[in-house]
Amino acid sequence: MITTTGLTKVYQSRDREVTALDGVDLHVREGEVYGVIGQSGAGKSSLIRCVNLLERPTSGTVTVAGQDLTALAGRGRRASAELRRARTRIGMVFQHFNLLDSRTVLDNIELPLEILGVSGQARTRKAKELLDLVGLADKAKSYPGQLSGGQKQRVGIARALAGDPQVLLSDEATSALDPETTRSILQLLRDLNQQLGLTVLLITHEMDVVKTICDSAALMQRGRIVESGTVGELLATPGSELAQELFPVGGTASGPDRTVVDVTFQGESASQPVISQLSRTYNIDISILGAAMDTVGGKQIGRMRIELPGRFEENVVPIGFLREQGLQAEVVDGESAATAAAPAVPEQTPAAITKEVVK
Amino acid sequence: MTWSEMQPLLTQGTYDTLYMVLWSALVTVVGGLPLGVLLVLTDKGGLLQNTVVNKVIGVIVNIGRSLPFIILLIALIPFTTWVVGTFIGPTAMIVPLAVGAIPFFARLVETAIREVDHGLVEAVQSMGGSIPTIVRKVLLPQALPSLVSGVTTTLIVLIGYSAMAGAVGGEGLGSKAVTYGFQRFDNQFMLITVALLIVIVTVIQLIGDLTVRLLARRGRAAS
Repeated sequence: MITTTGLTKVYQSRDREVTALDGVDLHVREGEVYGVIGQSGAGKSSLIRCVNLLERPTSGTVTVAGQDLTALAGRGRRASAELRRARTRIGMVFQHFNLLDSRTVLDNIELPLEILGVSGQARTRKAKELLDLVGLADKAKSYPGQLSGGQKQRVGIARALAGDPQVLLSDEATSALDPETTRSILQLLRDLNQQLGLTVLLITHEMDVVKTICDSAALMQRGRIVESGTVGELLATPGSELAQELFPVGGTASGPDRTVVDVTFQGESASQPVISQLSRTYNIDISILGAAMDTVGGKQIGRMRIELPGRFEENVVPIGFLREQGLQAEVVDGESAATAAAPAVPEQTPAAITKEVVK
Repeated sequence: MTWSEMQPLLTQGTYDTLYMVLWSALVTVVGGLPLGVLLVLTDKGGLLQNTVVNKVIGVIVNIGRSLPFIILLIALIPFTTWVVGTFIGPTAMIVPLAVGAIPFFARLVETAIREVDHGLVEAVQSMGGSIPTIVRKVLLPQALPSLVSGVTTTLIVLIGYSAMAGAVGGEGLGSKAVTYGFQRFDNQFMLITVALLIVIVTVIQLIGDLTVRLLARRGRAAS
């Protein structure tokens, strides 16, 4: 639905160049919620603004719904009529809502319809439907200044949907909202995605957003996409930074002759008693160093960091067993595990604590 | 002078002053508003970035603003004669008054438009809005309170200018004050004209402030 190839954006100031996007290839499938996550300055904001050409890419192409927008752009800074027409089919919501405070809520939603040239009555009817859809039917005559942040963003979403877009771009739409409101807005986006088949591309710096609603995700660093894929694929990728962020599990080996393994459960395998099977089959004691269960992109997923006695060489067979069960088992080498868990557990490992309690 | 002698002079003077000021204000808004908008649009990073146009308008506006009005008034006599047919009388005065006030108002418009949140412009761009749409539906409505307050300031400046115009063949309260109050040493008449001017200015300012408050209240009611 959205494809960018070799997207580059270089900002030029008087004496230096800043590369915000450095050859970004993004592919968002129809009907999915795609999250681009990264720290501020990673270039994600430039990326989403290049998708509807609010920002002109320095090079590369953007295709939305089969239409090459970069070709429509025209040479000057002004948007060509074709580009403007294409934009009416791409909705966008903003971090700071960007509602006109001189217009009522209803008039704000009517604005894109005015641009589309919809006549008065049809406009009001459509705007009222949209208000109903976002659950603000009673606020039609209010001014944005009278609404809470979450309500403002609902108006922003209703406005973005006025042109019946196939694609919705969300530029940090929940970053200015409190956690509870964030959840309700994300739920709304998810509902719209499912009810209307809307493709959503969102950028965020909050991992929770990706966890809650994204089917696919990409991690951006210094203008590049360093990892991308469906959430399932990412979790199945050994050493994936995004998977680690989505699912942080901690804990370090309790002694030198131990093997630490990260096990990821997905779908069916999540409900099977694999760990006790492993313990019984090979007659080994397994310590659980850390574990987490969560729903990611609507799927039950779990991650567990376990410790097996003995060095890696002695544990090849049990690890093979885990893999045979359809689990993803990844051996954590001592060093990286130590650095990953060091800040969280500086003195004692969870395993050590457990042992003391048992005594 | 007795009151019955003064009254027709004051009535005529007030009428002429308001006539000159209101008509020239209308011309000023019609001329200054697009100039101010263009100053913002053609500026660096603006929607219609165009350094040449921006610099040319900027220089014209600055020249217009730096000339003392009394000089402008005299320098414009040929132009005024060409437009109105004469350079004397209240109708002729509308020309120099408007020419003097347009650059002033254009700068006020520029400042008001610049204050509009750029995010709103982007929002309308993302909906596929054209530049005229952005100006009409975002920039002007959002800047309306500041624009109204700019019009108020301009009206008051025009009242000041119109008094000067009185000295160079115009009519109005200023001209009456010069002729009867100053040249005939009639202090009482002078005081009354001054009082009258103060009343007019105060009333305009009050109306302006009230309008601004009403406009601004819409958006910021509960926030």
